[in-house]
Amino acid sequence: MGNGSRVMGQGLKTTKQNRIEEAFKRLKEKNQKALIPFITAGDPDLDKTGELVMAMEKAGADIIELGVPFSDPIADGPIIQRASYRALKGGVSLRKILGLVKDLRRETSVPIVLMTYYNPVFKYGLSEFVKDAVGAAVDGIIVPDLPPEEGRGIIEEGMKAGLDTIFLIAPTSTRERIKMISALSRGFIYYVSLTGVTGARESLPTEVEESVKRIKKATDKPIAVGFGISTAEQAKRIASFADGVIIGSAIVGLIERNTGNPDLVRIVSDFVREVKGGISL
Amino acid sequence: MKIQGLPDKAGHFGIYGGRFAPETLMPALEELTQAYLSAKRDRKFQQELNYYLKEYVGRPTPLYFAERLTKKLGGAKIYLKREDLCHTGAHKINNTLGQILLAKRMGKKRIIAETGAGQHGVATATVAAMFGLACEVYMGSVDMERQAINVFRMKLLGAKVTAVDTGSRTLKDAISEAMRDWTTNVKDTHYILGSVLGPHPYPMIVRDFQSIIGMEARMQIRRAEGRMPDYLLACIGGGSNAMGLFNAFINDKKIKMIGVEAGGLGIETGQHAARFAEGSIGILHGTKTYLLQDDDGQIKVTHSISAGLDYSAVGPEHAFYHDKKRIEYVYATDEEALEGFKLLSREEGIIPALESAHAIAHLIKFAPKLPKGRIIIVNLSGRGDKDVHQAAKAMGEKI
Repeated sequence: MGNGSRVMGQGLKTTKQNRIEEAFKRLKEKNQKALIPFITAGDPDLDKTGELVMAMEKAGADIIELGVPFSDPIADGPIIQRASYRALKGGVSLRKILGLVKDLRRETSVPIVLMTYYNPVFKYGLSEFVKDAVGAAVDGIIVPDLPPEEGRGIIEEGMKAGLDTIFLIAPTSTRERIKMISALSRGFIYYVSLTGVTGARESLPTEVEESVKRIKKATDKPIAVGFGISTAEQAKRIASFADGVIIGSAIVGLIERNTGNPDLVRIVSDFVREVKGGISL
Repeated sequence: MKIQGLPDKAGHFGIYGGRFAPETLMPALEELTQAYLSAKRDRKFQQELNYYLKEYVGRPTPLYFAERLTKKLGGAKIYLKREDLCHTGAHKINNTLGQILLAKRMGKKRIIAETGAGQHGVATATVAAMFGLACEVYMGSVDMERQAINVFRMKLLGAKVTAVDTGSRTLKDAISEAMRDWTTNVKDTHYILGSVLGPHPYPMIVRDFQSIIGMEARMQIRRAEGRMPDYLLACIGGGSNAMGLFNAFINDKKIKMIGVEAGGLGIETGQHAARFAEGSIGILHGTKTYLLQDDDGQIKVTHSISAGLDYSAVGPEHAFYHDKKRIEYVYATDEEALEGFKLLSREEGIIPALESAHAIAHLIKFAPKLPKGRIIIVNLSGRGDKDVHQAAKAMGEKI
């Protein structure tokens, strides 16, 4: 399933696709690592988000994470907070984002994961949301304020319908929690590189490698590392021991600084290409 | 309906409450739960807490018979539980004292807190000063402006006050920012949350530390009247002073309990914080409860003349009692609260906090309709000194 492959009709079906799992498997065979860029959907507007998704896929993104803006993003630093604020001001909603993904499915089969706080999903209605997300061929969902303990409903609904529920492991997670989360997370495991909120950091904790190795002992599932990774150099280091690298604030910041710039999409895809190049060596 | 033993082990009050927190915080929340449960059983911890409550906070606070107000309203007998006489001027210190002792027990070096009206921030800065721990308080910049006196008090007490300039720049955003700080510094920092809100175990811990209010009131009313009251009345932002008074009476089915939310400029204007009047169920700041939100699940900005009631969510235990119809929830508007503020000042020589004035406002509507023999206890959660500028402005007075 390279850049050129299309799913067309198949992509709109509500059957389980396992595109995330397949993506990791394919990369592994080629001895490559996944690049997972994050952008806030609707910043600067939904049309641009669509263009950015397409361009990032072409530039080498393996999975794309779309942030659903929320009024009170407690796990996010200033950059994504501001992007969420801009997107909400522009009238973006979870419903509209699902509509966008559905439209994008005419053109791309790149795995798409939504990152959303729990309340918009809860308000949408759990079953309704899972149905519509799968209907739009969304592949997975990451909910930073929903630990597995409270997530039983969405885990079960998602499992039935084929929507991967991706859970996070943090540096503070205990051994028991690592075991529990690894068992319940589907698609991949999101390892949070640092104790803190999202946002670019000049340096990352040195324990990341050790932590990822510790999690690998508990599970065979792919582990992608996010939070704080902002340069090709950092991504390269993370990719040397993790299965995937998630870059969010660095790209969202690039979008913020270039809003209105006609070269926005090119600037973002150049960055994605640079990072992908670094981790593909 | 027997309601002991709430919440359950996972922090649920029926379908409400729980622990909707980022993974980074989950171990800390569990650590806090265990530390609290062990402290609860530890006689030495309880002795230390009681010592400070008595010698430092000034407990027990009086249950004062408001004779002139009773006459003026011409109905039920009105008693005021004088939490305004606590050290720092509000009930908030009952909780901050308990939590700082827990923080010490867990070996935490740094304290953070959010604050709306500034009362919780002051109460946190106070105990942090007393125990020599570093303290940082997050406060919305709108609130900093309307509660400038409390900002200065916190600084005087050695706390760092950090302005929060995101979102509505009020309590909601201060809580978000405090949670972000905690996520970042969780290893050596304890977050003293100020109301019966947030992820488990906070709603339980804060309720328990505030329950001293009702336990005292029970003994005091029995001494004064030889019987239990008929009504309990308290204002509700997050709902800690209300839970504090109500908890000791919750199984006395005959006692009616009323919580008063902020009606702001009126429900029809959308400018209010009456979660039960116009809210729906959702998840905010770690807990499932009634929220003011739009159809897309985005949290609405609230309005109240009183910063302490100006919040989009209500404590999950209140949501539970609302659905069970154990507690009745009403609201008072800004204007009505100001009337309560003036009335209590003039009739009893007590200037209430604008938060507590909401309870007085409902009393004005409600007490005259009751027979003379009935007894109401109103929780006077705080004093009004912090609010005189705000009140004067609203009343068109220049000071």
